[in-house]
Amino acid sequence: MSGSASLRRLTAVAWRESRTARRRLLLYMSSISLGVAALVAIDSFTENVSTSVQNQSRALLGGDVLLTSRAKFADTVTALLDSLRRTGTGVARQTQFASMGVIASSGNTRLVQVRAVSRGYPIYGEIVSAPAPAFGNMHEGRHAVVDPSILISLDANIGDSLMLGSARFLITGTLQAVPGDLGITAAIGPRAYVSDRYLDETGLLVFGSRAEYEALLRMPEGLSPARFAGRFNPLFSSASPRVRLRTVAENENNLTRNIDQLGNFLGLVGLVALLLGGIGVASGVHAFVLRKIDTVAVLRCLGATSGQVLFIYVVQAAAMGLIGALIGAVSGVALQYTLPWILKGFLPVDVSVRLAPSAIATGLGIGVWVAVVFALYPLLSLRRISPLQTLRRESDADVMRQAQRDSAGLVVGFAIVASVIAVALTRTRTLERGLGYAAAIIVAVVALGLAADGLARISRWLARPQLAFVLRQGIANLHRPGNQTRAVILSLGLGVFLMSTIYQVQQNLMDQLDMKLERSRANVVFFDVQDDQERGLDSIVRASGNSVVQTAAIVPMRIAAINGVSTTDLLADRNPETRRSPWTLRREYRSTFREELATGSEKIVEGTWWEPGDRSPQISVEQDLAQDLRLTLGDSVTWDVQGVEVTARYTSMREVTWARFEPNFFVVFSPGTLERAPKQFAVLASAPTSPEVAALQRSVVRKYPNVSSLDLTLIQATIGGVLNKITSAIRFMALISLAFGIPVLFSAVAATRRARLREGVLLKTLGATRRQVGRIMLAEYALLGALGSVSGAALSVGSAWLLMKFVFESSFTPAIWPAVIVAGAMTMLAVVIGLATGREVFRETPMVALREA
Amino acid sequence: MLSAKDLTKEYPSGDHRLTVLRDVSFTIEQGSFVAIVGPSGSGKTTLLGLLAGLDTPSRGRVTLDDADLSLMDEDQRARLRGEKVGFVFQSFQLIPTLTAIENVQVPLELRGEEGATERARDVLQRVGLGDRLDHFPTQLSGGEQQRVAIARAFSNKPRILFADEPTGNLDSDTGNRIVELLEQLNSESGSTVVLVTHDLGLAGRTRRIIRLSDGVVVSDQPTTTGATPRQNEPTETR
Repeated sequence: MSGSASLRRLTAVAWRESRTARRRLLLYMSSISLGVAALVAIDSFTENVSTSVQNQSRALLGGDVLLTSRAKFADTVTALLDSLRRTGTGVARQTQFASMGVIASSGNTRLVQVRAVSRGYPIYGEIVSAPAPAFGNMHEGRHAVVDPSILISLDANIGDSLMLGSARFLITGTLQAVPGDLGITAAIGPRAYVSDRYLDETGLLVFGSRAEYEALLRMPEGLSPARFAGRFNPLFSSASPRVRLRTVAENENNLTRNIDQLGNFLGLVGLVALLLGGIGVASGVHAFVLRKIDTVAVLRCLGATSGQVLFIYVVQAAAMGLIGALIGAVSGVALQYTLPWILKGFLPVDVSVRLAPSAIATGLGIGVWVAVVFALYPLLSLRRISPLQTLRRESDADVMRQAQRDSAGLVVGFAIVASVIAVALTRTRTLERGLGYAAAIIVAVVALGLAADGLARISRWLARPQLAFVLRQGIANLHRPGNQTRAVILSLGLGVFLMSTIYQVQQNLMDQLDMKLERSRANVVFFDVQDDQERGLDSIVRASGNSVVQTAAIVPMRIAAINGVSTTDLLADRNPETRRSPWTLRREYRSTFREELATGSEKIVEGTWWEPGDRSPQISVEQDLAQDLRLTLGDSVTWDVQGVEVTARYTSMREVTWARFEPNFFVVFSPGTLERAPKQFAVLASAPTSPEVAALQRSVVRKYPNVSSLDLTLIQATIGGVLNKITSAIRFMALISLAFGIPVLFSAVAATRRARLREGVLLKTLGATRRQVGRIMLAEYALLGALGSVSGAALSVGSAWLLMKFVFESSFTPAIWPAVIVAGAMTMLAVVIGLATGREVFRETPMVALREA
Repeated sequence: MLSAKDLTKEYPSGDHRLTVLRDVSFTIEQGSFVAIVGPSGSGKTTLLGLLAGLDTPSRGRVTLDDADLSLMDEDQRARLRGEKVGFVFQSFQLIPTLTAIENVQVPLELRGEEGATERARDVLQRVGLGDRLDHFPTQLSGGEQQRVAIARAFSNKPRILFADEPTGNLDSDTGNRIVELLEQLNSESGSTVVLVTHDLGLAGRTRRIIRLSDGVVVSDQPTTTGATPRQNEPTETR
């Protein structure tokens, strides 16, 4: 007889034997469904996003290579661009800056993002306007194509005139779609596209104006963006002003990096979902095994070897696991279609949802594997069930105690650990993070196991004769032979641990977002205020009955030397121990000077703030920057302030809350050093209502067309809207993961249910009342639920802290409520299931249960 | 062909050991029909478990067809059971999820034999259940269930059949018919039948009675009625 024929026959036995238990087994194995669903949805979605980014990346960048600079390109760069154009390289240019836009007829104003573009911009992708020809025909005259929001907020129409500085443009159309458009860009600074031929007429680009100069390049045939970058980057980075170069590939990386945080969170959710599924499978199958003791004993009598028995049930479990995983994959695909909808407006690209076969296959594969490995552990004990049980049936617990002494359990246990590590690795993509996740889970398992043993021990001590019978009975159930304390605490506790971790992380991520929305005292900010305009602006604000909250001077500067060593020499330092990060040495700083520390958004973490009246040149540096610059208190830093060198001593390090809508600074000077330097101002003012803000903005722009202003309430509302989308996405995923916990709990309780049922029926036969049986169950399940939940929740605080610190790289505050809610909900559920079992006791007639025994 | 030599079985009980069987020895020839009798707690079931290789003795050995069970591991004994041993239990022990014919097929399938279905149908017809093939155990009466169990026991033509109180859960009429069936199969197929019972009337229908008391064999004698093999005798000889 061939081996395959014999396997076929055994499979047939497995199929027939599963007949009445199929649905039950499917229920247990389908714990894996939610995990697979999460995996398939998340992986498909991630794949969709990266495919979309890849497909749209040239359009998103607008060309093969993007050159940007904070100031007009140097002559050397312009000359290079001209020569490139002559040799067939496509070149298109854009200059963008913020400015106040004024509708000529009404005088209504709004900060707009002016984008002065050359013909042929963008090289790739398409800017869609309505009417359609408007954007293409823009270069024929002083035309502007603007975001619809400009028309709405300024109460204007196509055909009206838009004043930008001293130039007047005819609005000929509205923007319908701009590649790479994030909703938030249009909301904070709605765009106005004009032809760059009329840029100078606006007179807006004055000293200190923040403008970005861009050139898009299309590589000629045969020249790759990377090779181009390699050849010309030295020229660009040494040019003054420095020119940054970005290729399509780099842009892609950037875009995907932006959604990394989301990816990290989703990856975590997927892993947790899968593990919860695995735990659900393990405890469900354990309950299933208890029901199969008799059948297995008979099979053994009939000559089935332990291998044959195991094979029969592994085949059943694998088949049901596959069905469960398939159900999960189908739901995952459905879920995948909802994700882009939930995250719309937050993603940098239009995500086209497509079936991702590799993600589906991976989800199915991992799902079935996890299901089978986790099922294998309880199934193993079937190998050791003695045929003697046919003659003399012992209690389930006794049978299992003997059956679980199996060295193969070690092998399977090892396989489970290895699988957890492997799955964690596929989720995290970095070795140390994967190992970290797995280690945290193992620590949690061990801790929960200890807690369970502790509970069993305590219950032995607690169950004193003086205690009421029902309570004593319930508590004693926790340490009696055949108790399920360890199994329930482990699965319930691990479930709570994983879910509460997700919630802790979610809460912390949301708190961060919330912080960013913290209200500032001012509701309108004016910037690009020139030195000679500051006083005039101040009086306009006060004359209109509003108040100036803060005026901050802004002085652009660069680092010239640290402790007498020039920037050039510092940059040449290649020693990783002493090297200061290059970007901090090269960048332009917009610094300020003031007497006092800004309360609320700053605090000193090292050194001391200058004494009032101290006029020696000192600086206070933001902590991250100070670290990147490797500054130590007392260092002297020489600054190049528009060609004049100023040296100041570093005397304090500050922690800055950047999220506040207030001007914050990397470097603050003590008063007395920069007063003479060329500077501009940012002025924060407060006006009681929205119309008053608008009126104030109008009167300022009328007098000083170069001054831009922002209505902060508008921005806060807009950012709030976007953040809401992110939070609801995170919340949605967290909610789903709560659902993952429920099958786990059901499976965990199912394992004890039969024994408790039998016991309850026996008690009933002996005269226990419904209330007594109910109370016994209540005591037992409440204790189990509470201890499992509390231990799990406590452990989750630790894991969430580690996650926030190392994965999300931000601060952590333990979120008490999520932990309490998850733990409370699970305890409640445990009690409810326990009581439902108690109720069932009264539906069963004693005979049914006794005959079974 | 089946021999027990100095079989002793002890169980740990608190700090001392409880001896359930002590130095039990006997030999049972192929094709014989033997009863093991004794009051409750005399060690009958323990002895049956040891003889069938379901359990291992503390001391002594069981030899079945020249195979020493004490030298085999659990899986080797399982294979031996599959090939040579059949069981009939007091509580039938049918697999509730399988139909009558499927229950009978199981031992054949475990051995990977061809034609399992035909064989099973054939045996069930012989025990008079040809019209009940596709019924589940719960749809059958106690007597019918026991007949399925007997059909299952004989489906792989065992060298030896162990029956543990096979009529214990049945009324006397049904019980009688079960015993007849065992007698018939014993004589037709030449299988050894070892019947464990506390019912002396039932034991009297075998050819040899081994009496156990407190774990020791107190007598081992041929019965008068069962001195010669019976060929398809009519019922009721008691």
